[in-house]
Amino acid sequence: MPKLTIDGIEIEVEPGTSILQACEQLGIEIPRFCYHERLSVPANCRMCLVEMERAPKPVAACAMPCGDGMVVKTNTDLVHKARKGVMEFLLINHPLDCPICDQGGECDLQDQAMAYGFDRGRFGENKRAVKDKYMGPLIRTEMTRCIHCTRCIRFINEIAGVPDLGAVNRGEHMEITTFVEKAIGSEMSGNLADVCPVGALLSKPYAFTARPWELRKTETIDVLDAVGSSIRVDTRGPEVMRVLPRVNEDINEEWISDKTRFAYDGLKRQRLDRPYVRKDGKLQPATWAEAFQAIAAKVKGVAGNRVAAIAGDLVDVESMLALKDLMAGLGSANIDCRQDGAVFDTSSRAGYLFNSGIAGIERADVILLVGTNPRWEGTLVNARIRKRYLMGGLKVAVIGDARDLTYPYTHLGTGPDALQQLADGSHAFAEALKGAKNPMIILGAGAFRRKDGVAVQAAVRALAETFNVVREDWNGFNVLHSAASRVGGLDIGFLPGQGGLDTAGILAGAADGSVDVVYLLGADEIDAAKLGKTFVIYQGHHGDKGAHRADVILPGAAYTEKNATYVNTEGRPQLARLAAFPPGEAREDWKILRALSELLGTKLPYDSLPQLRQRMVEVNPVFGKVGSVVPAPWGSFGSAGALDAAPFVSPVANYYMTDPISRASVTMARCTETFVKSAESAQERTGTHG
Amino acid sequence: MRGRRHWGARKEGDEEAMAFLDRAARSLFLTELLGGLGLTLRYMFKPKVTLNYPFEKGPISPRFRGEHVLRRYPGGEERCIACKLCEAVCPALAITIEAEPRDDGSRRTTRYDIDMTKCIYCGYCQEACPVDAIVMGPNFEFSTENREELFYNKQKLLANGDRWEAEIAQNLAAEAPYR
Repeated sequence: MPKLTIDGIEIEVEPGTSILQACEQLGIEIPRFCYHERLSVPANCRMCLVEMERAPKPVAACAMPCGDGMVVKTNTDLVHKARKGVMEFLLINHPLDCPICDQGGECDLQDQAMAYGFDRGRFGENKRAVKDKYMGPLIRTEMTRCIHCTRCIRFINEIAGVPDLGAVNRGEHMEITTFVEKAIGSEMSGNLADVCPVGALLSKPYAFTARPWELRKTETIDVLDAVGSSIRVDTRGPEVMRVLPRVNEDINEEWISDKTRFAYDGLKRQRLDRPYVRKDGKLQPATWAEAFQAIAAKVKGVAGNRVAAIAGDLVDVESMLALKDLMAGLGSANIDCRQDGAVFDTSSRAGYLFNSGIAGIERADVILLVGTNPRWEGTLVNARIRKRYLMGGLKVAVIGDARDLTYPYTHLGTGPDALQQLADGSHAFAEALKGAKNPMIILGAGAFRRKDGVAVQAAVRALAETFNVVREDWNGFNVLHSAASRVGGLDIGFLPGQGGLDTAGILAGAADGSVDVVYLLGADEIDAAKLGKTFVIYQGHHGDKGAHRADVILPGAAYTEKNATYVNTEGRPQLARLAAFPPGEAREDWKILRALSELLGTKLPYDSLPQLRQRMVEVNPVFGKVGSVVPAPWGSFGSAGALDAAPFVSPVANYYMTDPISRASVTMARCTETFVKSAESAQERTGTHG
Repeated sequence: MRGRRHWGARKEGDEEAMAFLDRAARSLFLTELLGGLGLTLRYMFKPKVTLNYPFEKGPISPRFRGEHVLRRYPGGEERCIACKLCEAVCPALAITIEAEPRDDGSRRTTRYDIDMTKCIYCGYCQEACPVDAIVMGPNFEFSTENREELFYNKQKLLANGDRWEAEIAQNLAAEAPYR
């Protein structure tokens, strides 16, 4: 443990700590551009120079490890002179275009130039100008502003694992480039705009639309995948202007995926802003009273078991519980929150959670991915696996589609037969699993979205028990869901009750006429054609597949427009907060259900959100601990059965369009055009194509 | 007055008697009246200060802060680059700006509104402007018959700019040495 003195204060730090980190522990701020705590240290910006005794010249604090007996000064004339010199060099080639730069107001260079900048330029030569690079539909470049900190190169190579960026030439002529003109093929490329300390790499959809000082910031969570990243939603008036990540070491560190960041423009399009009722085969605008009356007229007098409800992927726990209670009041047990038709045993909570936690990936040394493409189903889970891979000594194996996951892996097979090979030890990878200290199995949603889902679950549980994946201090059995509402729905018991129908049963019942009324709570991924002649009530925020089929549409609120609880794939209840009000006559979802229940004669016993949350805690105590994970005890779940030999298929066919919000987003459509469609056409291309 | 102070040592009764004599002498010789007539006579031969507004107008400083204009470059390109500094600095929150990339990729406003009923004519907006786009011109005669006409939009401000460009350019040139 080296002990050193910084600005006269003695501090003892862990070996390997840099002077800059030691200064941070003391609360001394060191200016920096190239240093980023989650990236490697190149020490090329020279802004963090500090004075050290017995050193002939100032040293770079970010790259100098602390040594015993060092005496460091961060606030001397020499230090200031050195930093001012560095700043003057940086500003030589940096254009004076802050007024038209989107980074203006939140720019590291701008801030530090206020502290260390000279009040006029002494540089009489021509400034360098660099041609802008094309980096796809998400990142806008203004390469003249680049100060060559290389954070973007390090981010894309280290964190994202897609070596698409690099630098060519040297000195003043150095340029950051994609080498050939191509879009950056990473699902995390939006983070480049955050990582860039100046305005060289910027968000393309946000270009010129707002200034940081005019935005209202709301700290909330993301629901476009089941990871539940912490985000900050910036709004101006009623409009969401951008989405930024928030630091959360347990989930997303400080990155977010591109869908999380850029799908927000879908919140402004295709919105349901007033109730609709189908009259003469056409959806006509209606008032709330008319819509409720239409529902009451239809539902009253229908036997409870002929009514059914399906909850979608973006639904919050509050409204699912309200709908569950409403259905119970109507005497119906036909409810299901698994609109994709996934089947799995929910008797034990450990059977459907990401038990080790996303941060727990860093402790694993062997990871088996079953029926999942984490890069698309949980981008930040994949980033965490890559982080673990970079630490060294990680073995990964995949059963399912063999895709580029940004780290090397052994491909064991595409279907459940590979599971059996592992179980009976006939595959070589079984040895690796056996020898592992903290083995981990990640089971994707694709493994359940098949008829033998329960059998797959049982087979993987057996595998987990054979290979010691579950111990007293370690539970490596993980399920990676792809829908934000899924774990919440399972926790609250939005599942078929005694004798109730599941999603497949409801759709079959609708087709053969044994179900008369179907309540779709934001459920869009079902086959609407199968609903037959049933009376369909759709409650949700986007005019997507469900709303097109509906007989009555009740406009609800999207995740940025309500205070609501979501549970991520780890089983962590988190609060989404209201950043903007729902458009038009749309209302918070649980309030709609509460109002409707009164008309249907089964008044729900809660009038306020706290009362409803109280009821949630009664149903499942995990909702009492918002933000933390209640470890689930290991139980026996799944039932062994015959496994279908069909290969596992990932539920995410197009990463950029998985839900009503991202399907309505123009940015996501551009991404689909650039990444998904071009990849498809590239496969069809032959050598004769130009 | 000086005389009274000089006589201050005398008795009260004497003082009163002298004041009476003073007043009597002044009334008798009509000195005040003549003084007033003299003043009138002097002003009769001086140039007049009143102006026949609106046909005549007084001079105004080049720093005068009148009606806002949005200026253009000589080539006709609008100057405003939507940096929103004027919106940020405006203490009365009178300015509203919305921006997006124009077809040629440059940063331009799609909306530039000034609520002239809110404006307090402090001139911070023109101080903040890095390209001299928003300037408070020499025009102070822009009263309207209703409030709505005082909600200026970009079109109105640019039209103002085109109208007052010559005067404004001259004023800015006159002020340039002191900025």
